[in-house]
Amino acid sequence: MRFYYILLSVFMAGTLCAYSQNTISGNVSTNKNTPLDGAHIHIEQLHAISSTDGSYEIHNVPSGEHRIVVSYIGFKTIDTLVTVHERLRFDVKLKPESTQLQEVVLTENNAIPKNTIREERLKTETIEKYSNASLGDALKEVAGVYSLKTGNTIVKPVINGLHSSRVPVISNNVRLEDQQWGTEHAPNLDINAAGKISVIKGANALQYGGDAIGGLVLVEPVSVLKDTLFGKTIINAASNGRGGSISSSLHKGAEQGWAWNAAGTFKYFGDRQSPDYVLSNTGNRENNFAGDLKYIGDSYDISAYYSLYDAEIGIAKAMHIGSISDLVRAINSKQPAVIEPFTYDIDAPKQDVVHHLAKMNFNKRFSNNSSLSVQYAFQHNSRKEYDIRRGVYTDKPALDLTLATHSAQADWKKEIEALTIKTGASFSTQDNTANPDTGIRPLIPNYKKTDAGAYGIASYAFSDSFTGEAGLRYDYSHMLASKYYQKSRWTSLGYDGVYDKFIVADAGTQLLTAPEFTFHNISASLGIRKHLNSHYQLLANAGLAMRNPNPSELFSDGLHHSTGTIELGNLGIQKEESYKLSTTLLKTHGTFTFEATPYLNMINNFIYQSPTDIEYTTRGAFPVYEYKQTDALMAGLDLHTNWKISKHWQHTFSGAYIYGQDITNDLPLIEMPPLNLVNSIRYNQDNWHNFFAEIRNESVFTQKRYPNNNFTVQLPVNGEFVDTLVDISTPPKGYSLFHFSTGMTFKTFANTGLAINFSVLNIFNHAYRDYLNRQRLYTDDIGRNFQLQLKFNY
Amino acid sequence: MKNLRISALALITIISFSSCSSDDTAKIVNEEEVITTVTATFTPEAGGTPIVLTSRDLDGDGPNAPIVTVSGNFVTGTAYNGTITFLNELETPAGNITEEIFEEGHEHQIFYSQTGLGTFTYNDTDVNGKPIGLKFKYTANANAATGNLTVTLRHEPNKDAEGVADGIITNAGGSTDAEVVFPVTIE
Repeated sequence: MRFYYILLSVFMAGTLCAYSQNTISGNVSTNKNTPLDGAHIHIEQLHAISSTDGSYEIHNVPSGEHRIVVSYIGFKTIDTLVTVHERLRFDVKLKPESTQLQEVVLTENNAIPKNTIREERLKTETIEKYSNASLGDALKEVAGVYSLKTGNTIVKPVINGLHSSRVPVISNNVRLEDQQWGTEHAPNLDINAAGKISVIKGANALQYGGDAIGGLVLVEPVSVLKDTLFGKTIINAASNGRGGSISSSLHKGAEQGWAWNAAGTFKYFGDRQSPDYVLSNTGNRENNFAGDLKYIGDSYDISAYYSLYDAEIGIAKAMHIGSISDLVRAINSKQPAVIEPFTYDIDAPKQDVVHHLAKMNFNKRFSNNSSLSVQYAFQHNSRKEYDIRRGVYTDKPALDLTLATHSAQADWKKEIEALTIKTGASFSTQDNTANPDTGIRPLIPNYKKTDAGAYGIASYAFSDSFTGEAGLRYDYSHMLASKYYQKSRWTSLGYDGVYDKFIVADAGTQLLTAPEFTFHNISASLGIRKHLNSHYQLLANAGLAMRNPNPSELFSDGLHHSTGTIELGNLGIQKEESYKLSTTLLKTHGTFTFEATPYLNMINNFIYQSPTDIEYTTRGAFPVYEYKQTDALMAGLDLHTNWKISKHWQHTFSGAYIYGQDITNDLPLIEMPPLNLVNSIRYNQDNWHNFFAEIRNESVFTQKRYPNNNFTVQLPVNGEFVDTLVDISTPPKGYSLFHFSTGMTFKTFANTGLAINFSVLNIFNHAYRDYLNRQRLYTDDIGRNFQLQLKFNY
Repeated sequence: MKNLRISALALITIISFSSCSSDDTAKIVNEEEVITTVTATFTPEAGGTPIVLTSRDLDGDGPNAPIVTVSGNFVTGTAYNGTITFLNELETPAGNITEEIFEEGHEHQIFYSQTGLGTFTYNDTDVNGKPIGLKFKYTANANAATGNLTVTLRHEPNKDAEGVADGIITNAGGSTDAEVVFPVTIE
C-alpha cells in the first residue's frame, strides 16, 4: 500500500515541477524588532504570510523589477520597487500607522526558516466558521485530523489515529489539564478566544512535552502589536438545535505600554435533530470568558491571563443503558429508545464542566539575540457527570472530580548566527479529588502527581537550503493515589500478593490502597528541512516519545453506563514508547500547492481496551473491558492540495488514510479513522463585496479493518435464556455529505465592517452514523443544518 | 520591575503551598443505590408456607455473580399473592430501595417474564393508574412444569406503549436497574 503513496507523491512531484525562478525572503518586524506574525507580502500575483518569527519567503519571482507590498493591520503599508535577479533578502521594519516614517532594510542575503517541524495552522476564517461549534470540529479541517465524538457537542481531536492523553492541547503556552484521559471529555476551551490554532503531528515539539505520541494542538490568543483598539462580534444562528451563539472580543494593542484583550462567548442550543427524529437531551450551553493584560517595555513584557470555560452538555438519553439487554435492544432497533419532543431543557445524563486557567508570564529579550520566558499557571478543572438516577440521587452527580494543577516553566532561546538553541525546564504539581458524596465509587481516585522536565533543542542552518534540528528531553513523574478497591475486585485482578505493598487498611468488604508510581522518561527528536528547489521543500522527522499511563488506564474500576461495559484499569500498565518517522513534502508556490505527509509510528506497550470476560450482576450480564498493552504499528498518509484554477475558482482537497495494526496479536487496531476525503470548490468575486460560494463534499469510507470484539451472551427472552450476539464491533457504513456556504463582506465605515455568511450543512439530510462517534450504536448523527453568521468588525 | 518579579514569586509560593495542605486520603464510598438483593415472596392465597426467590450479589458491580436461591417448588394450579423487595445490603442497615420505587412508581415497572409457568397479574397502581409491579398475583400452571422466571426492574419505562401495562416488556424501553432469573419448578 505504501508503495502507491510513494508513487503518488512522485507522480505529483513530476507533473508539477515548473520552471525555477528567484526567491525573495526576509523578516518582517516592528521598528522595535518585535517579529510580526501574519504580515502580508505581495509581489504582483504572488504572495506570502510571515510566520511566528516574522520570516517569509516568496518563490518563482521572475527576474526584473517588481512592485512589492508589505502590509500588516495597524501598520503603515510599505509599497516599493525591488530589482530581482537572484536570491534576495528583503527585511522590512513596519512603523505603526500613526507615524509617517518608513524604514526599509535591503540586504542581499539568504534567509531560511530554521524550524524543521511542520505546524499546520487554521486560518482565522476557519476559526470563525466554527464559532458556534468546538475546537475539535475546526481541527477536522486539517488533513489527518479526525474527530472522536460523543454526540455532536463533545468532540475530541484525533491526530493520525491517536487522541486523548496522546494529544495534549497547549492553550496559550499552558498544557491544558482538563481530564483529557476520558474519551467523552472534550478540550475545555472556547474556540472564539483563539487567535491562532495549529496542529503539530507527532511529538517533536519537545518544548511542550515528551509524551505527545499523537501530536499537539497549539491554541494562542490574539496578539496585537499596534496602538489601537478594535473589536469583533460574531452572531450565529443554527436551525438544528434551534440555537446559536454570540461572541464578542475587544483588543487594545500597543507597541509599547499597556495592551489588553477580552473575549466572551455565550452559546445556547436545544435538542439536535437527526434526519428522522429528535436526538433527545442533546442541547448544550456555554459561557466563556478570556482576558489578558500585558505591559510591553523596551526589551521585556509581562502579562497576566485568565480564562473561564463553563459548559453544560446534554448526553443523548438513548445512550443511557442499564444492562446488556438494553444495549442489544438499542443496537437491533436501529432507533433510539427515547424520542421526545424538541426541548431546550437539559436533563440527566449530562456533563457540567468548569475550567479556570490563570497565568502570569514574563518575557525578556536580551541584546545578544537571546530571550527568556518565565511562566506560572494555575488550572482548576471541575467535572460533574450526571446520570439517570433514583430518588434522592436524581440531582446528585454520578461523578464529581476536581483537578487542580500548578505549573511553572522557564524557556530560554539564543541565536548565534546559523545556530538556534532553545532550552527550558518545567515543573508541575497536580491534585485530583473525587467527591465521595456521589454515592458511587469514583472512576478516577484521589491522587497527587508531581512532574518535572527539562529539554534542549538545537537547530542549525547548514546551508541556504538545508536546516537540521535535534532535541532531547527528560521527564520525571511521580504519582501517589488513594483508592478503595472492593476485595473481590482486588482478587479477580490478580493483585493479591503482587501489590500488597499498596494496601493501607482493611475496611471490611473494601481495601484502602495507596498505589505509587515513579517514571523517568527520555524523549528525543531529529529533523531536517531541505529546500529541494524554489517550489518544493522536504521535511523529515524522527522522534522518540514516552507516555505514562493515565489515571483511567491505571485505576478504572466499574460500570460505564453509556457503553454498558465494566471497565478495568490495571496497576501493572507500563508506559508507552513511540518511535515515529514522518516526512512532509511541501509545494508552497504556484497555482497548485500541496502538502503530503506519509508517516510510520511504532508504539511499544500501546495501551488499549480489550474485552476479556463477561460478569454477572443484579442488572444482568456485562462484558468486561480491561486495559491491555501490545505493540502497535500505525502507518498512513495525509494529503492536502490547493488548486487556484483561475482568478475566481479554487479547489481544495484533504484526505487521510491510516493503517493501524496490533502486531503482537496480528489484529487491526480498534477505532482507527476510516479513509476520509474532503473536496471543496469555491468561487470568489472580490468585486462583489468579497463574495464567495463554496460547495464541500465530505466522504468517509466504511472502516473494513477492525478487531471483532462481538460477543455472545445469554439473555433472558420470555423467561428463557437465549444466546444473543452483541454486535458492538462492526463499523457503520461509509457516508458522503454535501455542505454549502456563501458570504459577503461590507465595509460600513473606514474601520468597521460587516460580514454575512450563510451555510447549509448536510444539504441532503442524509442519515448516517460515524465509526468514531460513541453515539453510533444508539442514534443517527445530526441532519441538515442551516446556519447564519453575522460578523461585525469595529 | 524587580518588585513585580518578587511579588509574582511570592504569589506562586503562597498558592503552591496552600494547595499542598489538603488531606488526599480517599473516603470510603458505600454504594447506596446499588441493588444487591431481589426477594420475591409468593404466599399461597389459601395460606401456607410462602415460597421465597432470592438473588443476592454482595459485591454489587464487582466480579462475583449473584447467588440465586429458590426456597421451594410451586404447586400446580395454585394462586399466590406476590410481593417483591429490592435491598442494598452494602449498607448497614440494609437500604430499602423498594420504598423509592413505590414513591416514584410512575417511573418504574417490574416485569415478570416466563413461558409456560402460569399467569402474572399486577396488583398495584401508580399515580397514573398504571401498574408498578411491587404487588402481583401469580397463578401457577395447571400442569407440572419447569422453567425460568425473569424479573426485570425498568427505570423510566414507557408505560403507555403497547402491552406494557399488561406486563409485556417488549415495548417498555427505559433502562434496566435489575434483571434476575430464577429457575422455577411447578409440581
